[in-house]
Amino acid sequence: MNTRNAVLDTPLGEPINLSRRRFLASTAVGALVIGFGLPLGTPRAYAATPNAAERGTQVPAFLEIRPDGTVRLLSPFMEGGQGTHTAMAQIVGEELDADPATFIVEAAPPGDAYVVMENGMRITGGSMSVRMSYPTMRRLGALARAMLLQAGAEQLGVPVAQLTTTPGRVVHAASGRSLGYGELAGRALDMPVPDPATITLRDPSQFRWIGKPVKRLDAYDKSTGKAQYSIDLKVDGMLHAAVQHAPRLGMTVGSLRNQAQVEAMKGVHSVHQLPGAVAVVAERWWHAKRAVEAIQVEWLEAAADSTVRAMPADFSSDKYRDFLAAQQGPARDDENEGDVAGALANAKTQVEATYHNQYVNHAQLEPPSALARFNPDGTLEVWLPNQAPDMFRADMAKRTGLDPAKITLHSPLLGGFFGRHFLYDSANPYPQAIALAKAVGRPVKLIWSREEEFLRDVLRPVAVVKFRAALDAQGLPVAIEAVSATEGPSEAIAGKQGDKIDPTALEGLSGKSYAIPNKRIAQIYVKGPTMLGYWRSVGNSLNDFFYEAFLDELADKGGQDPYELRLHLLRDNPRLTTLLKAVGELSGGWKRGPYTAEDGSRRARGVAMASPFGSHAAVVAEVSIENGQVKVHHIWEAIDPGSIVNPAIVEAQVNGAVALGLSQTLLEEAVYVDGKPRARNYDLYPILPLSRMAQVHVKIVESGEKMGGIGEPPLPAVAPAVANAVAHLTGQRIRSLPLSRYTFA
Amino acid sequence: MQLRINQKSYEVDADADTPLLWVIRDDLGLTGTKYGCGLAQCGACSVLVDGNVVRSCVTPVAGVVGHEITTIEAIEADDVGKRVVAAWVEHQVAQCGYCQSGQVMAATALLKHTPAPSDAQIEAAMINLCRCGTYNAIRTAVHDLAVQPARQESA
Repeated sequence: MNTRNAVLDTPLGEPINLSRRRFLASTAVGALVIGFGLPLGTPRAYAATPNAAERGTQVPAFLEIRPDGTVRLLSPFMEGGQGTHTAMAQIVGEELDADPATFIVEAAPPGDAYVVMENGMRITGGSMSVRMSYPTMRRLGALARAMLLQAGAEQLGVPVAQLTTTPGRVVHAASGRSLGYGELAGRALDMPVPDPATITLRDPSQFRWIGKPVKRLDAYDKSTGKAQYSIDLKVDGMLHAAVQHAPRLGMTVGSLRNQAQVEAMKGVHSVHQLPGAVAVVAERWWHAKRAVEAIQVEWLEAAADSTVRAMPADFSSDKYRDFLAAQQGPARDDENEGDVAGALANAKTQVEATYHNQYVNHAQLEPPSALARFNPDGTLEVWLPNQAPDMFRADMAKRTGLDPAKITLHSPLLGGFFGRHFLYDSANPYPQAIALAKAVGRPVKLIWSREEEFLRDVLRPVAVVKFRAALDAQGLPVAIEAVSATEGPSEAIAGKQGDKIDPTALEGLSGKSYAIPNKRIAQIYVKGPTMLGYWRSVGNSLNDFFYEAFLDELADKGGQDPYELRLHLLRDNPRLTTLLKAVGELSGGWKRGPYTAEDGSRRARGVAMASPFGSHAAVVAEVSIENGQVKVHHIWEAIDPGSIVNPAIVEAQVNGAVALGLSQTLLEEAVYVDGKPRARNYDLYPILPLSRMAQVHVKIVESGEKMGGIGEPPLPAVAPAVANAVAHLTGQRIRSLPLSRYTFA
Repeated sequence: MQLRINQKSYEVDADADTPLLWVIRDDLGLTGTKYGCGLAQCGACSVLVDGNVVRSCVTPVAGVVGHEITTIEAIEADDVGKRVVAAWVEHQVAQCGYCQSGQVMAATALLKHTPAPSDAQIEAAMINLCRCGTYNAIRTAVHDLAVQPARQESA
């Protein structure tokens, strides 16, 4: 509905009562749980965080109801395409009794009032937003409705028990009188928030908006260029900045050979040296970019005491895979059940295979930017894309020495994120923007060019996984072992934490539901030289490829059909059996092929499953070979997130996850040579275009189990389903991605 | 130099080789046209010049003097563009939305030249990148638009 930049027009705190907002102490940030670059195993000391009962009860911090009845909701979660703002309007609106179409949803500022997730975090990631906040956000809507009812009782002079609501109105049926929410909001939001224990939530059978394909609130603005992102923002007196980063992280600025000439270039305001970068500030970004690229910098090798992860001059991503493959240990077990060694020793058949994946970039379409302004009162305002406002503000406080209360952080719409906008040291532009704003005494908007983004983006990790498995006399797997030489993103960002396994390193190898009695999943921790980050579906994006492709190898070796084998291994798991059968039916009944399609192409199908982020997914892929490359015709995907809020958005998210899944399967990879990325733009880093998108068929299975995530779970099973289909069609078992490295006959 | 953008004339003080994109965004404040790659790879910067889709990030501003430029801000003033926007909303195409200005421009240009495009023609014309993976929704929306003229004729 309205995603325009109200953050600039409407100072936060003005129309909203934020007086009870307490601020996270910077130390509290380190107390959040593992999984997002935070120290593993840190005690969860939430001195300033509301306990579960209090979460999401500070109604005036979230809601403003305008005289026309429009509801402005400050969302704890960032909108980056996943539809969470629409979902929040549905959830809150359902209990508030207000049509989601009347909502304007914007991202809330930092502050512990907005810590609403059951795990005590506030991030937008891990496919957590809806599933972790659902009961709390429903209760928030219900609390607000109770306050409106109470205000209505006072205004109409009737007992509250005689009042009810219709969407957007408090109604006194006995007298036929009613008042719009907009007329009551002033009084209502000044009232004490009722005891949450007195609140009754709506019976799900009466839902009008939850569970329905409610239209996205941002569809029109995003179809007409009206939606504004960080990169679009402008404030009075603002200058533009561009940077040139050191070719390898860790290098520092020695000297600028032509600083005077660059300073004399048209439009240039000033030239600056920053840690590992040079910057030009100008009246126009184009002038800044052109000038900064003209600077001839003498870069110095990283000092021994460099605080960043210095990139070696001889780093090669291909050679690094060989290095990982050569690692012998020690390995730490994440799962170890039964007697793997014994089962392997006594096996009728042993199967071994080694798999690996590739580095990938986020390649979100909006290049990173940050707009920083120091106000006359000494406060700092920053507008920037982010998935974790409290962590970002705490980091700004640390870097600037400012009290967090003096830092206002605005979180505009994200032009895609996929894990890109977490707090990554050296991969976010805001420290530079803040430094430049301070240096020039004016607001500065810094945009990283696409080339600078590819240079400093954090990478999805690589792993080399060695599998061993044992088959019994019937050809059924009785033991499986996977040892992954890798570094997980969390341990890369936060630092290795003793003997603890980083769950984001092994998820997708660990946590499998197949009834294989002997299993061992282990990691050889190998600290690498690249900056790593989270990429949509994180560890599952690689590990489910490895596991599910190897499982097909076991099926073939044992003379089993891969679909039937999975059903057999899930025979005691009714939820996953239902799901696997659902995708079989969705695809018109499991048939592996190969067969000749109507257009004359030879095609085959593959199947794979994944269970990330609290949801479960099963995929069937249909492929053929066209000019030596894989063409994916259809993806059938059944997904069980327990229960859902918006089926249309779920289907869109499945489509999006399939696209990214196909992209990493078919064609994308970040290659490093001599310590530098080969690709600095989309010309050498191709991402999936429309012409290579598959038709996607979605079946949502609502098992009624605990609600799971939806943004990431549909992705991981795509790659193995495609690889399994390719293997059956061509006889070539591919054990690495992307498939564009191979030619198929 | 003088530019004609969205049926209005603008006096612009820019170097001749400045990409049209940055004049539109920074000088004129029309931020609906997006910067994605600066290399004519992604299409987020697509605008119409005399009805043809052009990548404004690599188009020197001097080259479009004397031509009619249309940006996303005025797309609904165009009959075809208005239908494209309506179809984009109807089919709920956008996710993050960052590429969608360019997608709408590309679809508008396609339908102006080819009112009922085939699948192959859609694939050839709709080459703008979308990282959110809205491609099937785009394809459906364009197909939907393609059949509308026939409906109107028979009505």
